[in-house]
Amino acid sequence: MAVPGSTPVPPPEERDPLPALPRSVAITGIAGNLGKKLARLLHGETRLVGIDRRPYRERPKDVEHHQLDIRKNRVEDVFRHGQIEALAHLGLKHDPRERQSEAHSFNVAGTQKLLDLAVRHGLRKVVLLSSANVYGPLPENPNFLPEETPLLGAARFPNVRDLVEVDMYVQSFMWKHPAVETVILRPVNIVGPTVRNAPSNYLRLEHPLTVLGFDPMVQLIHEEDVCRALAVALRPGVRGIYNVTGPGEVPLSAVLAELGREPVPVPHPLIRPLLRRLFEARLSHFPPGEVDYIQYLCAVDGSRFVRDTGWAPKYPMGETIRSVLGSR
Amino acid sequence: MTGLGGEIKERLHRWTLELGGPGMRERLETLTPPRNEYGVDPYGFDVDYLQAAVAPLLWLYRKYFRVQPHGLENVPAEGRVLLVANHSGQLPFDAAMVEVACLADKDPPRAVRALVDRWVPTLPFVSTIFARCGQVVGTPENCRRLLAADEALLVFPEGTRGLNKPFARRYELQDFGPGFLRLALESNAPIVPVGVVGAEEQAPALFDLKPLARLLAFPHFPITPTVLPLPLPVRYRIWFGKPMHFTGSPDDEDPVLESKVARVKAAVAGLLARGLEERRHLFW
Repeated sequence: MAVPGSTPVPPPEERDPLPALPRSVAITGIAGNLGKKLARLLHGETRLVGIDRRPYRERPKDVEHHQLDIRKNRVEDVFRHGQIEALAHLGLKHDPRERQSEAHSFNVAGTQKLLDLAVRHGLRKVVLLSSANVYGPLPENPNFLPEETPLLGAARFPNVRDLVEVDMYVQSFMWKHPAVETVILRPVNIVGPTVRNAPSNYLRLEHPLTVLGFDPMVQLIHEEDVCRALAVALRPGVRGIYNVTGPGEVPLSAVLAELGREPVPVPHPLIRPLLRRLFEARLSHFPPGEVDYIQYLCAVDGSRFVRDTGWAPKYPMGETIRSVLGSR
Repeated sequence: MTGLGGEIKERLHRWTLELGGPGMRERLETLTPPRNEYGVDPYGFDVDYLQAAVAPLLWLYRKYFRVQPHGLENVPAEGRVLLVANHSGQLPFDAAMVEVACLADKDPPRAVRALVDRWVPTLPFVSTIFARCGQVVGTPENCRRLLAADEALLVFPEGTRGLNKPFARRYELQDFGPGFLRLALESNAPIVPVGVVGAEEQAPALFDLKPLARLLAFPHFPITPTVLPLPLPVRYRIWFGKPMHFTGSPDDEDPVLESKVARVKAAVAGLLARGLEERRHLFW
């Protein structure tokens, strides 16, 4: 499905071949499911250096890994000795069960630390993996939010606050350090066989709760398409803030029907108190604040990224939806 | 949920074809909005859903309000256009009747998207049904995008000021905001003025119960003789005027824009005056 409002993009063979990747790329959060996917996509093409607190299992032999907290001083050694040219920052935490002060320190202070190091060691490229959720699902949203939309995601859903803060911090970094090519990618809900984020987990429920009488249009993107977008963003010449959309928009009910789910509709005055109880009793992992995402619209216009880079999603809608069911 | 069950949908669809009269099926088949493998366009408009869900509205159109459309040929068959209409009747049946007129009595039919108020997405069921029928929230971004895609939009510049005005002020046009004209200039879209006669009398409002409206977060809460604003079986006459083309900059000074807005308002008022003059009876 065409991206709404997009201008036709010439097919890849007619465009200039993309410039080569930087010679070495540091990836934070490399031990996560998305980080691993990105490493597997890039490791033949460039030298990769992973930074993650977690051990990196099934690591390709040519990928270097440093099991480190990004806030630690030893991270500087990685930059000092690694001759790193670019940074892909995916290592943000968003576990709703974790202590918020710890997650906030890790996400915000950690990002500041990394960007300081990026300037000090002359990196040419910084790519942040943000999210389209920073705009927030508001009833008065237009159907397709452009990149200039204010980031109001934290207004009703405090768990997004870290992400909004990091996104804005990287925006100010972008203006302060024009010598570093900075890219902020805001992909829509990432799904896939390996990702374990809130939207994928929701779609894996046999009987997901829905809000009675509400059926917003949702946008999903396959994890591999996100990795390909990150790879494009790492190439020289790409800079700026970009929404990244997948194969299009579908009603939430159509997604659930495609997966054969049996939704349990709950009237909207009841669903938040109900979910709060279930969440506190650990019977559900659905944070009550996230109800907005299945009640209101938070869809974005991804045409700018397509127009500027020629990237396009590879996975059609049906395959993207079914990808949460597991590896094929 | 708000997805219609298969059998109900089939039955409603048959009802639509029956009420639509001969040739309805063929006419509706010419409607081919863009849609993906799940049957919707990027805004959630589902043309199959519309053909089923329109049946009760088509019944109102043919049997209850017995709508008489005039000048439907003034609505261009294709290309971007803004239909600008007066708003009245407490509940927005006028919007539905203008849209049904363009679907059922225009040949070839045209799917018109009404711009709905920003509180609609907070309403259960209504939000979903409206979206599947092609209605969109009237933000400037949505309008620009839809006009750029050569769609037909239905605008009520009076908004709820017109919809919920008391009976004593029927057929008095309220202030027209300039937003629609800016859009028309920006998108180079013609404006078709529309006068809806009859809706004013469908639910005479005695007064507006403001405290209750605030409590329910409704824009207004009109009190009618039937308490709830249920429409009486008045006869609707809908007059479509000649397309108006405007040139100029959307950033012009307010007085320049206001003079253009006034011309559109006068065109709507003219259609209303003619419609009222030719009306012989409220109900017949």
